[in-house]
Amino acid sequence: MRPQFLFHEKKDNVGVAVVEIKAGEKIVGSCLNDGSQLTIEAKEAIPLGHKVALTAIKKGDVVTKYGITIGQAKESISVGQHVHVHNVRSNRWQNVKI
Amino acid sequence: MSKYKFMGYRRENGAVGARNHVAIIPVDDLSNAAAEGVASLVSGTLPLPHAYGRLQFGADLELFFDTMIGTGKNPNVAAAVVICIEPNWANKVAEGIAKTGKPVEVFSIEKSGDFKTIEKASRAAKGLVQKVSELKREEIDVSDAVISTKCGESDTTSGLGANPTVGKVFERLVAAGGTVMFGETSELTGGEQVVADRMKTPELRKKFMDIFNDYNSMIEAQGADLLGSQPTQGNIAGGLTTIEEKAMGNIQKIGNLKVDGVLAPAEAPHGKGLHFMDTSSAAAEAVTLFAAGGAIAHLFPTGQGNIIGNPILPVIKLTANPNTAATMSEHIDVSVEKVLTLEHTLDQAGDTLMDMLLRTLSGRLTAAEVLRHREFVLTKLYRSA
Repeated sequence: MRPQFLFHEKKDNVGVAVVEIKAGEKIVGSCLNDGSQLTIEAKEAIPLGHKVALTAIKKGDVVTKYGITIGQAKESISVGQHVHVHNVRSNRWQNVKI
Repeated sequence: MSKYKFMGYRRENGAVGARNHVAIIPVDDLSNAAAEGVASLVSGTLPLPHAYGRLQFGADLELFFDTMIGTGKNPNVAAAVVICIEPNWANKVAEGIAKTGKPVEVFSIEKSGDFKTIEKASRAAKGLVQKVSELKREEIDVSDAVISTKCGESDTTSGLGANPTVGKVFERLVAAGGTVMFGETSELTGGEQVVADRMKTPELRKKFMDIFNDYNSMIEAQGADLLGSQPTQGNIAGGLTTIEEKAMGNIQKIGNLKVDGVLAPAEAPHGKGLHFMDTSSAAAEAVTLFAAGGAIAHLFPTGQGNIIGNPILPVIKLTANPNTAATMSEHIDVSVEKVLTLEHTLDQAGDTLMDMLLRTLSGRLTAAEVLRHREFVLTKLYRSA
């Protein structure tokens, strides 16, 4: 079956929706690195190209994609939630408003 | 010799081109009208109007000359007509271009006015167009080509599909003995260590990190509000959240390659392999600098649908975003959306893009060329005197 989301590395805690995902859907994702699969329940609608949390991420914890830190959680995020600018910020340019 | 061949133009200095332009190059903003006057009279000419060239100084002036001369030297330009308000800078640009051995004619407007200048330049341009129309394409190995990449209006599908497809093609081009370039200094923020680790020597690593740190200090010192700039509004709409995420997607374009050279803006590579050029991340500025550095075609992955082109460089657009491929189809040369659904591997997508690159180098017009996207945009380092 075709995946509804992809993630780059096994240690990533976010995946990317490759179809439009509805709230409450059971969704299957594939890891691009080793082909392993993961099933989670989407807590919210996830637009194509947007990220979904694959594990619970506590406030201040790092968000990992490509196996690398891409930012930190501004608030606690649960599995299946939409992950974007409302709950994650960059770790760079700390004195700059972003 | 590699298995990848195309039909291109071998220039006087041995460089290889994919197009056969007669460029009408105004050295300054004042000369745009005359350049466009010539182009309106003489079929087959390509005017390159721009906004600058007066009262620039220091490093900004040097970059201006490097860009204008580099553009004229580009192997996609078969011959050039240079027009300037006064003769000194006209000659400086024309002599720089003429070092390639290609025909260059030069005109200045003072003491003549636009009408006489346009007449003289048009007669010269007519002769050049007829002359270069007899040049023949010949079979050329891709190892002689210089190809650049930069992405735009990226989203998460860029990092998953379109950018790693470029990475596959870049790996093949370098394995075939070719020369490739990437840049976008500010958009490596968050992935700069990954790029630094790819540098082949400690000297290259230092050169790269100095360029990167300079840029980052400039942004930090400004205390600037980058909200909606990095990532852009389009990036955010497409699901990209932070500059680090954007950078990691961006870096997929260089595949697993090591970096053989670090270049100043508009500087031509000194050898084969992968080169980093210090460029802005604004699409038209970066592509204009790559063209000035000698790139003859450009691979441009997009997520949300950037529509940029360049006057002398064919810009090949690819996307992995199925919505963009559907809603902006007139701008997209290659869709690799099946990578997202795992129906195609990245190697298969690489085959498709490599095929389109070789066809484009051989003369197939890109969507941007057909749609007259000719964004020729000079990088300005600071305000003029």
